[in-house]
Amino acid sequence: MENKTYSVIGKRKPRKDGIAKVTGDARYADDLKLPGMLFGKILRSPHPHARIVNIDASRAKRLAGVKAVITGKDTAGLPYGDVDTSRYLPPHMAGEVPDFPNVKHPLALDKVRYIGDEVAAVAATDEATALEALELIEVEYELLPHNFDPLKAMEEGAPQIHDYAEKNICSKIFWDFGEVEKGFSKADLIREDRFTTSAVTHTPLEPRGCVAVFDQTGKLTIWSSTQSPYMRRQQLSKALDMPESSVRVVTPFVGGGVGGKVCSCEPDFQAALLSRITKKPVKITYTREEEFTATCKRHPMIIDLKTGVKKDGTLTAVQCDILADGGAYVFTGPVVLYLAGAFLATAYRLPNVRYSGYRVFTNKMSSGAQRGHGAVQPRFAVESQLDMIAEELGIDPVEIRLKNALHPGDTTANRFQVKTCGLKECIELSAEHTHWKEKNESPVPNHGIGISVGAFISGMAIPPHTSSGAQVKFHEDGAVTLLTGVTEIGQGSDTILAQIVADELGVAFEDVRVVSSDTEITPVHAGSYSSRGTYWGGKAAKAAAFDAKKQLFEVAAGLLEANPADLEARDRMIFVKGSPEKAIPIRGVVLASLMEGDGNPIMGRGFYKAAADYVNFETGEGNVTGAYSFEAQVAEVEVDTETGKARLHKMTVGHDTGTAINPMSIEGQMEGSVSMGMGQALFEESIMKNGVILNTSFVDYGLHTSMDMAKVESILVETENPDDPFEPKEAGEGTQVATPSAISNAIYNAVGVRIKELPITPEKILKALEEKGK
Amino acid sequence: MDNHIIELKVNGEGYEVSVDSYRTLLEVLREDLGLTGSKEGCGMGACGACAVLLDNVVVLACLTLALSVEGKEITTVEGLAKGEELSPLQQSFIDHGAVQCGFCTPGMLISSTALLMKNFHPDEHQIQMALSGNLCRCTGYVKIVEAVKAASEH
Ligand code: FES
Ligand code: FES
Repeated sequence: MENKTYSVIGKRKPRKDGIAKVTGDARYADDLKLPGMLFGKILRSPHPHARIVNIDASRAKRLAGVKAVITGKDTAGLPYGDVDTSRYLPPHMAGEVPDFPNVKHPLALDKVRYIGDEVAAVAATDEATALEALELIEVEYELLPHNFDPLKAMEEGAPQIHDYAEKNICSKIFWDFGEVEKGFSKADLIREDRFTTSAVTHTPLEPRGCVAVFDQTGKLTIWSSTQSPYMRRQQLSKALDMPESSVRVVTPFVGGGVGGKVCSCEPDFQAALLSRITKKPVKITYTREEEFTATCKRHPMIIDLKTGVKKDGTLTAVQCDILADGGAYVFTGPVVLYLAGAFLATAYRLPNVRYSGYRVFTNKMSSGAQRGHGAVQPRFAVESQLDMIAEELGIDPVEIRLKNALHPGDTTANRFQVKTCGLKECIELSAEHTHWKEKNESPVPNHGIGISVGAFISGMAIPPHTSSGAQVKFHEDGAVTLLTGVTEIGQGSDTILAQIVADELGVAFEDVRVVSSDTEITPVHAGSYSSRGTYWGGKAAKAAAFDAKKQLFEVAAGLLEANPADLEARDRMIFVKGSPEKAIPIRGVVLASLMEGDGNPIMGRGFYKAAADYVNFETGEGNVTGAYSFEAQVAEVEVDTETGKARLHKMTVGHDTGTAINPMSIEGQMEGSVSMGMGQALFEESIMKNGVILNTSFVDYGLHTSMDMAKVESILVETENPDDPFEPKEAGEGTQVATPSAISNAIYNAVGVRIKELPITPEKILKALEEKGK
Repeated sequence: MDNHIIELKVNGEGYEVSVDSYRTLLEVLREDLGLTGSKEGCGMGACGACAVLLDNVVVLACLTLALSVEGKEITTVEGLAKGEELSPLQQSFIDHGAVQCGFCTPGMLISSTALLMKNFHPDEHQIQMALSGNLCRCTGYVKIVEAVKAASEH
């Protein structure tokens, strides 16, 4: 749909950073070099669970070139956390949101809790010396009993991983909406199944890295590959016991994140501590092996799902029990449990929902946020089971989804208010584009087609991150700079925000520069997670541009002898509406304001406050975002019954984008989501034996190449909100939510085997085929 | 330590550098010559982010010893544009949305430049083959393949 009311919004604009990135000019954390810079390395625990009895670093310290060796004793001893909500509330709001214990330290204080836990850190004049020094640190451990199995974590006598966490429970949730028992009693069919998902590693192509430097006044500046500078600033200020304003976090170019660079498994803490001690800049870049062994994973989940349904396919009740393997630390744990429960019920009309979620500690690398956070795993269960139900009832999978799909205006059991919803269109269009009916009527052997749907939030209001700010300032030549806290990690936020600003101000896209993500300069924004960039950041940028425009109009009104209300801005000019001959270039207005007027440099400010309720972990109720995205996708696969290998040939995705700012960029997000979702469906799993991750290289892990990639057809469904014509929904995560289940359903359609454990490897398919043949 | 003074020819310019025998071409490019366009995604030959051209053939700079390339023409991503003018492939990557985080982009451009040198009109499969040593987490390769195809039709 071509949007008539916008001039730059809705256009396939090329990336703002395109030239920098194709010429090698774009500098990422590891490309930075400061005078006197040292190189840091981290010593990690070889044991899954142990008490540190003694650390002798004297030999390491004596090695030529070593400038510092630090252990937990050299830190402030203060823990930090990823979900550290209450600390940042204004005093009068104390107690309004729950407190989650902070338990992570930059370097272990007394105990290590997984193979890879940080024990000591070294700074040296070069990397090789730092590595050599690690070998010279002697650590005496007292081994403790360990546990890798989430099912055993809550058992009597299981090793206690954190003193505070009874039965190793990191967090738990229990919600009961509607009348679940009554719902089941009305059902004609009840299905119960168990599904499991794997530990997927993020593998952004850029390994995590940073350069930290303290100045003479004790102020820390850190260039970090984080997705969330403001959150990182809070964590650093806490761990280093410094005021937040003494910590400046800047993101250079960031080489992807897909959720992982939100979590605090980045070397920023150790680099900052080393810099503080050595008074020199310190760089730490993770190796690819550290990326696999010492950074968070997608939460593996065991999902018990029970669904009641009437003969005609109407869902009557759902009960879902989830056990999430949290690994050693909290990270985003409480949030993943919240999201898993919340998204259980989002997509379909489901008044009766009961959910219990437990996230437990085990002696493994922690689990954290990953693209489609918390929504992907239960979606795999719900959508797989819905196909099983449809088959039992003899209903077409597309029909059963249309029958239960949410409609605009619906409120879900947990009080999500769905104002706009293009789910029906997404389902219909993706089915139509793939010739769903025809393909089902005349199946080709070993070829299959499967559908799945999903939903996601456009940013989530979780204190303290409940708003986003922006500033827009005019240069004397009429060009504009936007200051935004939205972090560009490759998803294209700088570009789409520039489009929004250009559109509002009537200047050219090329006239807008973007400075993003520097806690010293850019207004507060939570960071690039839970898909808030376009919606929150976009609304804030638009408001700031509007404010600047208002200032322009006031000056221009004097010059044009018109009323500010009668002015409009377009083509770098300000016009009197209806009198095209009465116009003045924007540049002239900016200069006039500076020289003839009162000197106002034309700077707009704007913000977006989440039009939503804060996340309530306890009740699960509340409308936590301003806009929900919806998607449907149809997978077309082929299974080789000799080898068991499934191949995704094509994925057709319908995505409710709301106001689509940049279709090219949205397609890119959808393709990337399908790619990552396909990886999770078919290939990806960090395999662990005795606490050791075995596949620590790209090859062993099986990150797929261009040869494995499917064709992707993207269908943008632009819903319109009559109350809010500017509603740009998320596009970066929601698509991935439905990918694994669409592929799984297509595999069933192809060869009649239902795999309930991700990833669906050739071994699993062959085994299932064998059993089926018996 | 085994130290050698060698002459490297990178993007048409000559450099005299002193290198230890164990140092990789990637380290020397990035640390000694300040050419940080070539990226280290794995350091183990598995991701292609460090790809450069050696006499117009793709090599992985993380697996290549600097000493072994003396006297050869090395082209990195910094050498693909002619001054301000982007190569057709670079322009096509921008125009077709083939760049997201950009970390794989230098390697992708090097591999596709090499492909188009020997095959003016590759089909989709040939492009996928040529890029199969370059990993990308962001794009799903879709728009990268499209960009190479479009550049070849240029
Ligand atoms: S860095 Fe050379 S192949 Fe990955
Ligand atoms: S664009 Fe990010 S890895 Fe390819």
